[in-house]
Parts: sequence; C-alpha cells; structure tokens
Amino acid sequence: MDFNDTPEEAAYRGQVRAWLEVNAPKRAVGDDLERGGDSMPPSKAWQAKKAAAGYAQITWPKEWGGQGGNPIQQVIFNQEEAKHPIPPNPFQISLGICVPTVATFADDATKARFVGPALRGEEIWCQLFSEPSGGSDLAAARTKAVPAPDGSGDWLISGQKVWTTGAHFSDFGIVVCRTNPGAPKHKGLTMFWVDMHDPGIEVKPIHQMSGGPGFNEVFFTDVRVKDSQRLGAVDDGWKVSLVTLMNERLAVGGASGAGWREFIEAARTVPGLDGGPALKDQALREKLADWYVHAEGLKHTRNRTMTALSRGQTPGPESSIGKIVSALQMQDLGNTAIEMLDQYGIINDPELAPLHAAFHTSLMFAPGMRIAGGTDEILKNIIAERVLGLPGDIRVDKDVPFKDMPTGR
Amino acid sequence: MNFDFSDDQKFLKSEVRKFLEANAPTRRVRQVLDDKARLFDQPLWRAVAEQGWLGAAIPEQFGGLGLGHLELCVMAEEIGRAVAPIPFASTVYFLAEAIQLAGDDRQKAEILPKIAAGEVIGAVATSEGPGVLTPVSVQTSVTGGKLTGVKIPVTDGDIADLCLVLAKENGQPGLFLVDLNGEGVTREAVTTLDPTRDAAKLTFEGASAQRLGAAGEGFVLIEQVFDRAAVLLAFEQCGGADKCLEMAKAYALERYAFGRIIASYQAIKHKLADMYIKNELARSNAYYGAWALNTNAPEMPVAASAARIAASEAFWFASKENIQTHGGIGFTWEMDCHLYYRRSRQLSLVAGAPRVWKERLVSHLERRNAA
Repeated sequence: MDFNDTPEEAAYRGQVRAWLEVNAPKRAVGDDLERGGDSMPPSKAWQAKKAAAGYAQITWPKEWGGQGGNPIQQVIFNQEEAKHPIPPNPFQISLGICVPTVATFADDATKARFVGPALRGEEIWCQLFSEPSGGSDLAAARTKAVPAPDGSGDWLISGQKVWTTGAHFSDFGIVVCRTNPGAPKHKGLTMFWVDMHDPGIEVKPIHQMSGGPGFNEVFFTDVRVKDSQRLGAVDDGWKVSLVTLMNERLAVGGASGAGWREFIEAARTVPGLDGGPALKDQALREKLADWYVHAEGLKHTRNRTMTALSRGQTPGPESSIGKIVSALQMQDLGNTAIEMLDQYGIINDPELAPLHAAFHTSLMFAPGMRIAGGTDEILKNIIAERVLGLPGDIRVDKDVPFKDMPTGR
Repeated sequence: MNFDFSDDQKFLKSEVRKFLEANAPTRRVRQVLDDKARLFDQPLWRAVAEQGWLGAAIPEQFGGLGLGHLELCVMAEEIGRAVAPIPFASTVYFLAEAIQLAGDDRQKAEILPKIAAGEVIGAVATSEGPGVLTPVSVQTSVTGGKLTGVKIPVTDGDIADLCLVLAKENGQPGLFLVDLNGEGVTREAVTTLDPTRDAAKLTFEGASAQRLGAAGEGFVLIEQVFDRAAVLLAFEQCGGADKCLEMAKAYALERYAFGRIIASYQAIKHKLADMYIKNELARSNAYYGAWALNTNAPEMPVAASAARIAASEAFWFASKENIQTHGGIGFTWEMDCHLYYRRSRQLSLVAGAPRVWKERLVSHLERRNAA
C-alpha cells in the first residue's frame, strides 16, 4: 500500500509534465475576465493545442484523435494540467457525454463530421435532457418531435428544456423528445442531434438563486431536423440516454468551495464565545473534526478508485458517495462559518466579509449542488438499488400511456 | 497509485473470515454474553494463537510471523465483524504494540515471544474514573518500583497476565508493566455495556512495576500506543459496521409490511444508503491510517484520529440503525443486533471517546496549518 505511480505511470507522468512545461499557458485568464474579458478564446486555444498532441481525450481511440490510453493516464494528465494556470474547460459535456453518444449511434459520415471539431474545441455541444416537468424523472420529457406534415421524413421539435449547461455558447446539442405519447413514458422517446443556431431555438439564461448564470432554458418552436439526425431507433431514446448517462460516470463531480482549511483560517481571527478566537469554541472544533474526516474520507475514496484503475480493475461503487457528501458539507460548513460571525454573518459584501465572502458563496451555491447531477434523494436511491441491491421504487406510471399520466405542477 | 491491500492480504482476510465463521459464530459469542462466569472464549483464543495471529506483526526474531501491520489490519476487520469475544485488542494492539514501540531489548525478548505464543494476555490501564484522562488527573503512582492506585475500567483486567499502566513517578507520568498475577494486585469484575468483553477494577497496593520507555514520557508514549491501536480498532469498527449493514439489508429484503418488503420503502433504502456512505468514509480513512501505521509516517496522529473518528461514527450509526431496521424483533435479546450495538460502544470508548480524538485532531490541524 502506497501512493506511488507504477513505473509505467511515472514514465507517462514525466512525458506529460515535459509537454505541459513547454506548452501550457503561463498566465491565468482570471484577471482578463475581471476586466470584462472572454475566457472562450483562451479555452479554445488550449483545447486545440491539447488535441493536436493527443491529450484532449486520452482514452479515446487513435482514429478519433485520442491516444487509446487508459483512465489512469487521463487522471495523471488532469493532475498535472491542474498545476498550470489553464483556462476554464467548457468542453466536458461535449466530449464526456454528447460526442460519445453521437459516435455510438450516428453513421460514419456524421461521426467523421463532428468528432474532430468537438475534440479541438471548435464546436461545443450541450445536453438537452431536463425539462420543467421532469428533473429527476428524466423519462417524463414532454418536448415533442412529430413527423413533418410535408412527408419529407423530417421531424419538427417543439417544447422546452431547462437547466441546460452551456446552451448559450453551444453549437450543437443532443435532445430527447416524446415521439409516441400513446406509449408508456420510457417507450415513446427518441433522441436527435440539433443545430443550436437554428432560428427555432431560443436560449434564455436562468437567473440562479446564487446570482450567477451558467444554466439556460431552451425553447424549441417547430425546429426542423432531418431523420438522419436521429440517434438510435424511433421510440428507443431512453436506451440512448442511458448510454449517455453512463458516459457521465467518470465525471466525478464534487462540490468544492471554502473548506476546513479556510474555516480554520477565519476562526483564528474571529472572536468566539469567551472573547478569544472562535477556533477555541468546542462546538466549532467538533464540527471541524467532522469536516476534516469527511474531506479525507472522500480524498482517500478517490485514491481507492484510482488504485482500481491503476490495477486495470473496474472501480468499485464507493465513488458514488462523492457528491452527496461534499454538497451537504459545503452547505453545513458555509452556514457554520456564517453563524460563527454572529450578527455580522449576514453581510456578504466581499469587501467586508471574511475571505471575500467565500462562505457566503458556498451557502448560496450549495442548494444547487445538492440538486444538480442527481439530487441527494436520487443518489441515495442509486446507492440503495445499484450498490446494495435493494428493489427499485414501485413505478405507478410504468405501464400507463404517457398521455394518460397524471400531471401536477 | 497503490492505495489498497494486496492480493495476498485480501486472501489472508478471506481465510481469517472463514476461520472465524467456523470457530466464532455468534452462538459462541453468546456463551460469553449469557454466562457471567465465562470471561472470554478460551478455546477460540487458543485456536487464534495456534493460527499465529497474535504474533502476526511481531518480528520473527521474537517468535512472531513477521508480517506487517497491514496484515494485522485485515485480521482486525474480521475480528470486528465476528464480534469475537477474545482479548485480541488488549494483547495485540495495546500491549504488543507498546512493547515494540518503547520496550528495551530485554523486555522485547522476554515478552513478545510469550504474546506470540498465546502465553500472555495483555491489558491496558489508564482510566481512573469518570471523565477525560489528562496528565494532571492521573492519581496512580509508582515509588521505588511499587505501584499504588486504582484503575477502572480495565478491559480484560480479570484475565490479563501483563498490564500496561499509566502512572506517575516523581510527579511525572510514566508507562509501567505490571504482572497482574503478582503480589499487591486485586481484581474485581465490573459489569459493562458489552459483556462479551471482560472488564475489571484493578487495585494496586505496592505491586511490582517495571518502567516501559523513558521516565516522564508516559503520556507521550500512551498517545503513540493509542494512535497505533486506534487504526487497528478502526478496522474492527469497519468490520462491525459492514456486518450491521449486511444484517439490515438481509432483514429488509425478507420482512413484509403493508404488502411489500420493507427494503422497497425509501425510508429504509435511504437509511441503508446513509450507512453505506458512512461505512465507506470510515473505510477510506482507516486505509489511510493503515498506510501511516505501516510506514511509521509522521502523519500518524492525524491519520489515526481521522480513522478513529470516522469508524466510531460509522459503527455507532450502523449498529443503532440496524436495530431500527429490524423493528421490535431487533430489540430482543435473541437477535444479534445488540451484540453489535454493545460492541460499538466498547470500541468507541476503550481508547478514549470520539470527542477526545476530535479535540486531538483539531489541535494537530491547528498547529499544522499555523500561518
């Protein structure tokens, strides 16, 4: 048991380091952004550079522009890349989720057309799944695709998607649509790829409770797509979306934000119950210990996952606990830090609040983290069903034609 | 990255499990639970000694198997899973570790082979009454090699031969070895929450005591011993916690209520998912502790504290929610749920309660992250 690379991993790390040393950006884009700059050009430039060297998607086959590498090599690259002041990566959904789906279900010509530009960051994709009527219940999608009345074989898509990350800068998207409302919900969906620049598509940013943007509502009004844009068989879109969601599995999401180190830093100087530093308050110390233990638990759980990859094994289910633990902790730690400030805690002006209001940012962002990419409740269902083997929930809508399903808000 | 046990260590673990399933099923544990006169499972202890487990981490020159601490960790997990009623922790995690850590050549040569052979049962005596033990609060004292004072509770105090005692000498805390079969030692049984493990009140009136380690270093040493034990105890706790989750799952899959198996209700599914989450956090922290223990890493105090805190929380949660999942039947003496509930308390308290470890952990973090 150790934390060392195998000789092969060490060699690969050396190769990656040397390449990054020469090629990685030398200066962060953050300052430019604060002056109203756009991070997209530097992001795209960095992506193109990585693609040219085969580092954009290391695990992809060589004919797609990858290296045919293993997951641990991708992890090593990510670790080393993070040591450089790289620009934001807006390509994860394109390359991790959308393009693999297109590549699995589209014909060779379509594949040849899209894989390269996406890999080089020239074109960006988004995933149009969630709807106002279906977040956790993805198969409840109502956006409809109907055959065009002119008999051309084309489809017309109308409806609304929501929480679409990056739709405002995406060139293409994959969209799951209702094609057979007479069938039960899982059996009447079809997947298509669409051109996001179509005049029938309108993208509106969502104003989040945390104030920030990033997600969108996307409205479809009679958007005409060719039948060749269909991914998988008609009414077989649920199966296609499962493949898509499986591609998400290595996107180990976790909440970050201010952590136990920042809490210690703040608690050293904030007055506590007896006038000494708040860091001496016993109740806070106990919480601090718990946060540390959870953070370490997640860190070493990731190390266990990496070990399985390193040994060429399939990682165990333990990685499924990451987001649920980190999102809850983000909320608890943020709130405890704010309560530590007592009356002053209500102030979130970055000029006045400790650590530029990092704890306030956590507090306001955490509710979203607990929902995005699977709510706490859905993730617990997944652990219970797929990890522990407990039965699925009773589906009262399983055999009901979609059009007859009760709807509320 | 190689942050897992090796195939050999995993094989050893499965062999230990097979052995304990055959030799220490819970009906054997219950013989100790139900019979006040039976203080531990003596045949099991002898069998464990014959297997060589007691000397697993003791070097071959002192009669052990000379395996590493990682091997001891996988054994500990299985012993916790089996709620084995034997003085394994007292003898191996505390006494043997203390002697390897602080003993001189003579002490090692004299005692370690006897431990490995199963001829000596160990115990550790620090607590003297209710509340947290501090260097100031220690009352037991040694003068001219003679120990005077009271220790309560001492796990395995009725059955141990050799006891590690924290006491003051010339006003300074020291660690001492006391032969419990010698003069000046009175043992009285005390009842505890976990009758599957023995506990006693030890009264010393001029008992012969030999010092272990340097004079005045007792508190530092006992913390180092407790760190090492904490990692091994954490594996016992992980083993117990995983067993609780398995019991709860098995019951939930066969128990019907309102026309469905209760495992189909989200209230139960989410409870079991919560157990799983805590158990995995505990396991990952325990692994890090195992690495630190095995490599004598300077991170040991922090790694051991984290392992102990996470494992204490996981076993406590799993043991109480296992009873809850069982409902009324889980509250009966006949069901095994309470064996784990009891053992979770014993393991969380034996080397200091979680809140003491939380304070230790934060003290370390505070210093480590000082500007």
